[in-house]
Amino acid sequence: MSVSSTSTICWSCGEALSSPLLCPSCGKVQPPSLADYFQVFSLPRKLSIDVAALEREFHRLSRRLHPDRFARATAEEQQWSLAATALLNDAYRTLRDPIQRTEYLLKLEGLEIGEEHAGKGKSADRQPPADLLEEVFDLNMQLEEMRMNRKIGEDDPALQADLTKARTRFEMLLAEVDTSLQSEGNRWDEGDEAARTKAASAMAALLDRRRYLRNLVRDVSEALSA
Amino acid sequence: MSEESPNERVVGIDLGTTNSLVAYMEGSQPVVIPGVDGSNLVPSIVALDPVDPENPRPTVTVGNSARRALIENPERAIYSVKRLMGRGLEDVQDELKLFPFHLAEDIEAGEVLRIRLGDKTFTPSEISAYILRQLKRNAERYFGAPITKAVITVPAYFNDAQRQATRDAGRMAGLDVLRLVNEPTAAALAYGLDREKEGVIAVYDLGGGTFDISILKLNDGIFEVIATNGDTHLGGDDIDNLLLAVALDEIRNEHGLDLRQRADAGASAIQALRKAVIEAKITLSSEPSAKLDIELPGGDRYQREIPRDVYEQLIQPVLSRTAAPCKQALADAGVTPDQINEVVLVGGSTRIPAVRALVDEIFQLTARGKHPHTELNPDEVVALGAAVQASILAGSSTTTEELLLLDVTPLSLGIEALGGVVAKIIQRNSTIPASAVEHFTTGVEGQTNVAIHVLQGERELASDCRSLARFDLKGIPPMPAGLPRIEVKFLIDANGILQVSAREQRSGTESQIEVKPTYGLTDEQVEGMILDSFDNAEADFEARQLIEARLEADTILSAVAKAPTNPAWQQISEHEKAAIEAARQHLIATKPGGDLQAIRAATTTLDHATRNFAEKMMEAAVSGAMRGKTMQTASEELTPVADEAEIHAPHPFARAEFK
Repeated sequence: MSVSSTSTICWSCGEALSSPLLCPSCGKVQPPSLADYFQVFSLPRKLSIDVAALEREFHRLSRRLHPDRFARATAEEQQWSLAATALLNDAYRTLRDPIQRTEYLLKLEGLEIGEEHAGKGKSADRQPPADLLEEVFDLNMQLEEMRMNRKIGEDDPALQADLTKARTRFEMLLAEVDTSLQSEGNRWDEGDEAARTKAASAMAALLDRRRYLRNLVRDVSEALSA
Repeated sequence: MSEESPNERVVGIDLGTTNSLVAYMEGSQPVVIPGVDGSNLVPSIVALDPVDPENPRPTVTVGNSARRALIENPERAIYSVKRLMGRGLEDVQDELKLFPFHLAEDIEAGEVLRIRLGDKTFTPSEISAYILRQLKRNAERYFGAPITKAVITVPAYFNDAQRQATRDAGRMAGLDVLRLVNEPTAAALAYGLDREKEGVIAVYDLGGGTFDISILKLNDGIFEVIATNGDTHLGGDDIDNLLLAVALDEIRNEHGLDLRQRADAGASAIQALRKAVIEAKITLSSEPSAKLDIELPGGDRYQREIPRDVYEQLIQPVLSRTAAPCKQALADAGVTPDQINEVVLVGGSTRIPAVRALVDEIFQLTARGKHPHTELNPDEVVALGAAVQASILAGSSTTTEELLLLDVTPLSLGIEALGGVVAKIIQRNSTIPASAVEHFTTGVEGQTNVAIHVLQGERELASDCRSLARFDLKGIPPMPAGLPRIEVKFLIDANGILQVSAREQRSGTESQIEVKPTYGLTDEQVEGMILDSFDNAEADFEARQLIEARLEADTILSAVAKAPTNPAWQQISEHEKAAIEAARQHLIATKPGGDLQAIRAATTTLDHATRNFAEKMMEAAVSGAMRGKTMQTASEELTPVADEAEIHAPHPFARAEFK
């Protein structure tokens, strides 16, 4: 299957395409598309999305595109339906989640976003944010102590309390990051070219910080519940 | 694909661990298609028939008729083969201790399993294909027309290899498998059909050998799965094995009789005992206690009364293994138990009151004034749902026109990265079809292939996840290290099965991919295992039906011919004997003719006439096995059953309590 379409005309009826996956006139599924996730839903490249409307559109398109609807179609149309539905599902999954949506948009804009993958991200991503260096250093010492205690079966209530307090603090920092992401997102949606560029790099940095904090909270939770 | 007739029937099949069923959408209602014996359930038991010297191709008996072989010739019969689907030798060590599976000796790690029945070996897919072929025949008999298309259900928590093995089985049985549907989702479809429901539902599916929990959102005919979890090796089987192990240990301790060590008669006796504990288990779902009273080899009796509370304590560890997957599914779905509007119970094991109590507790049903849905027969609901999905695909009913299933992949898909860690590329509970694109490059100058290891599972290390396949990207143009940019697209289709394609982007060449499924069969191997089949063309169908009807007649005639030599023959009345003889003569006279319906009718008449005798013979087989005899003549070779030696279970209670 090498046909990829950026075509603006339906292969079947020749009418103009307003949606990349489906012909609005004759309802035929279109060949695999290079559309991005925003285009899949005919949305502007903005971060503020009405998630309820997104779900309705997801259901509407699913009804038309899903492979279940093409069980009796030609092999080619079955293949297109599979590709189109996979793209639709990938797009919906990404756009309905505000963090994934932001990461995706920044990638589309050409920004380097730290990878989630354990394999790729581990070393570079483990660099703590400068303002948290000292705190993180202390925390890691405590975590190490906690693990040692576990190993020899000892319990240190004071340490446990410290760690629980640290977790609360990092969770608070995480919430701050989310608030900042929100306001940078608004700047992106409403600003001019210069404001957008600034917002994009701010968000990229915030996402790195967020990922770091989230791993930290996870590590502490694991140590506390082990 | 294009020349098919527009109204070709698509059936829905539940290929279960314990029982299998075939169903079809009749008008606006799904119905189960009964077998020759009138029963809706075809027990998933396959027995290899004694080899006919004139016909070297193996023939098998499937379903209820194979039950007797399980006791008389356990080395030629198999049950619960679903547990072995898509698995490798190292995965099944625990099962081998608990089930009398006889594997071929020469299987190597990473190979598809082969099971020994008599002196032949079969892959799990081939054995499942025999069950599917029986269901296909039942449907063809019912419709009087060929059936070539089906929807088959699988446990939601089945991985890629288990799904592929199921699809292969369909192909071997001569079925075009239009879709694999997850069992709990199918059940939701069966329930959701006649009600315009909205809201969040949970489907708790505890069957013979598998457990699934699925959380779905129902919205205007769309059934959207939001999370699923489960255990593909947890079910009623485990309860049977537990009760069996307790009984075997008690028999050894009290009667000095270790049935596990008795290779020949022991295997038969264990199967007879297994039948008895299953009956006790079923009784305990409705009665406060059940009795076991079994004559042992040597004439002693093993007698026990099992009160329900003792039974419930005994099986609690098995049941509580369903709680963690339920909690994980709720967490993944982002809902709390009180947000679940309805709970649907599926699978025979949900008849157990203790299971219902557990479900009630997990989902806080009584506390919220709710009851779980059990209106549809829990043994049949999955097949009924499969029929609904079949109708959706066939576009054959206006009732199903507006329905759509959106299912998810149960396990995360990942690739092995440096250091043996797994980089997840598609997260579990992603709606399928789902895809991911990854880029790879070379590490050495002039390198022309790159190996990729694909895994399924949630753990961090590749060695803890399920290996799906190793792909070799070949034909990369020689370039300096790190320069090639190979784009690999992973796509999980609507069946939950992975497809991979790759392209080298700098040269634009399509990389050749050689897929080596870790526990799968190649296309060629599947082709070679396709069951003996007649041409499916309509013209040949009548001829084939006639041949099959005559084969059915032959089977029963040869059984009846041997009847007078069986001790059970003495237990039936002269009147019955005369009726059997009359029916036998009638069938012999009818068989050579070309009237299909007449042959079938005569076969059914003879079958009915011998029903009482068959029951007597079955009882004799059970007690015969217990006395250490088999129904077989002495000349029949009995293979020693070494694998049987180890059946042990934890003993949570002193044996005195199991009285």
